[in-house]
Amino acid sequence: MNDQRPDPDELLERVQRDEEKARRGKLKVFFGASAGVGKTFTMLSAAQQLRSQHLDVLVGIVETHGRTETMALLEGMEVLPLKEIEYRGKTLREFDLDAALQRRPLLILVDELAHTNAQGSRHPKRWQDVEELLAAGMDVYTTLNVQHLESLNDVIGAITGIRVRETVPDKVFDQADEVVLVDITPDELLQRLHDGKVYIPQQAQEAIRNFFRKGNLIALRELSLRRTADRVDDQMRTYRQERSIDKVWQTKENLLVCVGPQPGSEKVIRRASRLAAELDVEWHAVYVETPRLQRLSSSERERILRTLKLAHELGAQTATLAGQDEAETVVEYAYSRNLSKLIVGRDYKGWRPWRRSFTDRIGRLSSDLDIIQVVREISDNPAQSARARLADRSERVKPAWQPYAWAVAACAAATVLGTGMQPYFELANIVMIFLLAVVLIGVKFDRGPSVLAAFLSVILFDFFLVPPRLSFAVSDAQYLVTFAVMLAVALVIGQLTANLRYQAQIASHREARLRALYEMARDLSGVLLPDQIIDISHKFIESTFGVQIAILLADEHDKLQSAARDAHPVPAIDISIAQWSFDHNEAAGFGTDTLPGSPILYLPLRAPMRMRGVLAIESAHPRWLLIPEQRRQMDGFAALIATALERVHYIEVAQDAVVRMESERLRNSVLSALSHDLRTPLTALVGLTDTLVRIPPGLDAAQLNLAEAIRDQAFRMSALVNNLLDMARLQAGNVKLNLQWQPLEEVVGSAQQSREQQLKEHQVQATLPADFPLLEFDAVLIERVLCNLLENAAKYTPPGSTIRIAAAICNGEAQISVTDNGPGLPHGSEETIFEKFTRGEKESAKPGVGLGLAICRAIVEAHKGRIWAENVPTGGARFIFTLPLGTPPSMPDLQDEQALHGMEPGVT
Amino acid sequence: MNNHTPVVVIVEDEKQIRRFVRAALEEEGLQVYEAETARQGLVEAGTRQPDIIILDLGLPDLDGVEFIRDLRNWSAIPVIVLSARSDEANKIAALDAGADDFLSKPFGVGELLARVRVALRRRDRTAGEAAAAIEFCGVHVDLVNRTVKRDQQPIHLTPIEYRLLALLVRNPGKVLTHRQILREVWGPSHVEHAHYLRIYMGQLRHKLEENAAQPKCLLTEAGVGYRLVIDE
Repeated sequence: MNDQRPDPDELLERVQRDEEKARRGKLKVFFGASAGVGKTFTMLSAAQQLRSQHLDVLVGIVETHGRTETMALLEGMEVLPLKEIEYRGKTLREFDLDAALQRRPLLILVDELAHTNAQGSRHPKRWQDVEELLAAGMDVYTTLNVQHLESLNDVIGAITGIRVRETVPDKVFDQADEVVLVDITPDELLQRLHDGKVYIPQQAQEAIRNFFRKGNLIALRELSLRRTADRVDDQMRTYRQERSIDKVWQTKENLLVCVGPQPGSEKVIRRASRLAAELDVEWHAVYVETPRLQRLSSSERERILRTLKLAHELGAQTATLAGQDEAETVVEYAYSRNLSKLIVGRDYKGWRPWRRSFTDRIGRLSSDLDIIQVVREISDNPAQSARARLADRSERVKPAWQPYAWAVAACAAATVLGTGMQPYFELANIVMIFLLAVVLIGVKFDRGPSVLAAFLSVILFDFFLVPPRLSFAVSDAQYLVTFAVMLAVALVIGQLTANLRYQAQIASHREARLRALYEMARDLSGVLLPDQIIDISHKFIESTFGVQIAILLADEHDKLQSAARDAHPVPAIDISIAQWSFDHNEAAGFGTDTLPGSPILYLPLRAPMRMRGVLAIESAHPRWLLIPEQRRQMDGFAALIATALERVHYIEVAQDAVVRMESERLRNSVLSALSHDLRTPLTALVGLTDTLVRIPPGLDAAQLNLAEAIRDQAFRMSALVNNLLDMARLQAGNVKLNLQWQPLEEVVGSAQQSREQQLKEHQVQATLPADFPLLEFDAVLIERVLCNLLENAAKYTPPGSTIRIAAAICNGEAQISVTDNGPGLPHGSEETIFEKFTRGEKESAKPGVGLGLAICRAIVEAHKGRIWAENVPTGGARFIFTLPLGTPPSMPDLQDEQALHGMEPGVT
Repeated sequence: MNNHTPVVVIVEDEKQIRRFVRAALEEEGLQVYEAETARQGLVEAGTRQPDIIILDLGLPDLDGVEFIRDLRNWSAIPVIVLSARSDEANKIAALDAGADDFLSKPFGVGELLARVRVALRRRDRTAGEAAAAIEFCGVHVDLVNRTVKRDQQPIHLTPIEYRLLALLVRNPGKVLTHRQILREVWGPSHVEHAHYLRIYMGQLRHKLEENAAQPKCLLTEAGVGYRLVIDE
């Protein structure tokens, strides 16, 4: 039962893949065997059809090569103007990626996927532009020839004899949503060529004529057909997997490619990539750096890095490993990653026939790894490599002369000592002094001085010590053996010590870096401010790697800010590249796919929750940034910094929350203390005045008046305190509304009731529609709004005026109005009266501090309503506030109850 | 009628307030005992056999609500609480715990005396038989015959409306919280359905009051509950 179900991990992966796909635009590739099959034509026809269905189609770039039929198809299409790029005095016209991103059509046509962009463009390759368009959610139509597919590049090169430099990684092709094969027979194509319907650039006419031979065309056609068929096969497999048709789940036999220092490894990589694609497995590419290989010339090292980069582009996981023995390290890596198949380039028998080949050594180390040998390509132009070697030699660091002087001095010292010892010791013992000198030189300096010391010792020993002395002649033939052994021992020891020292150096370098990483992590774990993080990062990264860095932090709108306080020398940062890297969560600048022309590498600082900023690195030796393991280490630093930044951010958030809570608590306790302390004496004042009036024998008229006045003032004071406290609460911005569904008339009634005293000289008319719906509001607060409005109306109208309360449904919200027939509002004050401490009449003798309406506004706005005032044409002021209607909760069924009631006797 | 002088215990920590409350009540002919703290108040309530307790909710030693719960364990003496305005939650808690009425500070002596009189009358009534009939705002309610009439004309009420009215009539002048009414009329499982109550209360007003938006007797205490005012 369970076996038929797909593995949950696989399902999850599929869901994620689908989600990713849904967000991305769709890529449709028009794929052909060669130029001239009509890819562009087909693409344009398809686009025209969509356009006629009123789809938003934009032509990003299309090469018509002046063909009228193709041109005709552009009719009516919107064409994006090309961007002009100045390069070495020439003006090149390129696809304008930024304009396309800004225009954001539904579908964009981008011809020639394999095109290489002019220098100075954002991406070196057009397929990278297309990736960005897809990531931005646009659908893309593009065209591609089979010979531009990376993995088939060398195969086709071998067949046709023409190698194209512009390639597209297979993953772009494989991940395309649709591939349309544009196919015509070789004969037809040749006919078209003959008719001049195929565009051929002037300068390469001869070569291209050679290319268009029938044999070539047949081969190309077969390859493109097969590649398309493979893709269809893949799709079928995915389909079957998704439908769970296949019960057998493949156990993944992942591949491991070993990249060697030999030239021609690219072919091995391409072969492995194809194999991995066929098997649908992951693949890894590793390069083992042994001490011997570390001494390779920089151009050779660069070639290895290029090979690894190619592997990376083709979808491999790449790694540079350090180890003593290539075979051992590779086997270890294979076991740790569970990789069962090894692909290696075939070794040629070198000049050392005794040396076991790499394959043999691996075979000896492990019996359960499959090894696939691939022939290397030996296409390297010998003249070119000779030139490279020459360049290397000149580039090589000039050797320091001091170690050689030391070697000479050590040998001289040995000779002097040996001469002094000769009368007393055997020559066999004196030889040991010379050996000691060679060993010491070997330990102290590099290989060169130790070799010099070895030869020099033999010469000096012969000249000064072996009889006949002060001559190179040797009296006894047995001394020749001494010389030979001495030379051999000296060379071997020199070699060994030099190797040892070299490894110790590497180990200490590595240790230093790890220590730096560890120390930085430790230091970062204690910091509390972003500035400290920046300082620590500068200190560690710059001292460890000898590079210059800058950290750009993002503000809350995801815009990068250069840390202005940064006192350190900042590399010349291009903020737009940094922002790109930040926005796309991808490395940019030097050594990456995006704007590699920049001398600075930009690494996004990605923390678990979100992006925090960008780390910009500038190195005096830019090549250093290309080494994968260095990049990985920089990535490690970037991750550390990002995590630290995030942690600091959350510390700030937590502190903010504590401070807010604390101030909230303080405010509340101050308010309630104030409220209690102010009210208590007011209560006493009111009560005591009342008592004064009531206690017999009572007061006379004048005294009674005074007592009344005291009482009124105390109540006014109380109202003032209430207003101030309410305003303070509302101002704090965190009033918790006690929202309940209730009829409006309840609060209209209770508001009148509680302002009975103030309203006794006025007529109040409340008329609410009988079927007015329930509203959701805080009864106490809305009662307060009504009280304030009523009080206001009572205050500003002469006694005997009428105040009307009404409600209506208007524009999907409830409108409640309080209208009086008094003098109305002063002109132009309809808005200002809602501000704090404003009153209709300046310096009025009427009581009140003008907080009432401000409180009303705060309350109504907290209910997501509006409040405003207007003058009534017939005289008087009207205050209106709105409350949202919403959907009232279900009602008790009144009908049922009415029916029930009929059956119950006695209640009438 | 009761002939003995009614006894009042006032529990309030503010001396000036005690002073005028005492003066007012003594002038009204009541005997007044003062307590400065809640504990002392409980002792006074136990020993003086008061007819009414006037209780400040903001006492220093014990929460007023706790005081009422304690008191209600052994006595049904009417309690009038004194509270700050804008403190509805506290008022509701006190009423739910068993307080009868509340007064917001500051209050006048007239208001205080009116509430005390209502409480005393209710005590007298509960001491005797429950009032069989009551009249308010021109509406005559006969609890024995279950009739509601205005100007001799019967008013048609649904069973729930009647139960609601009967509850209010049995507690004239007393503030009943939403919770208390819901529990009594709809049962304990409906205490959260405050909008039921509000709708029925609205209907009752439309049937009994002249203008439902300007009620005279079926009053709303915003955010707290309802009170039936009886004019006698």
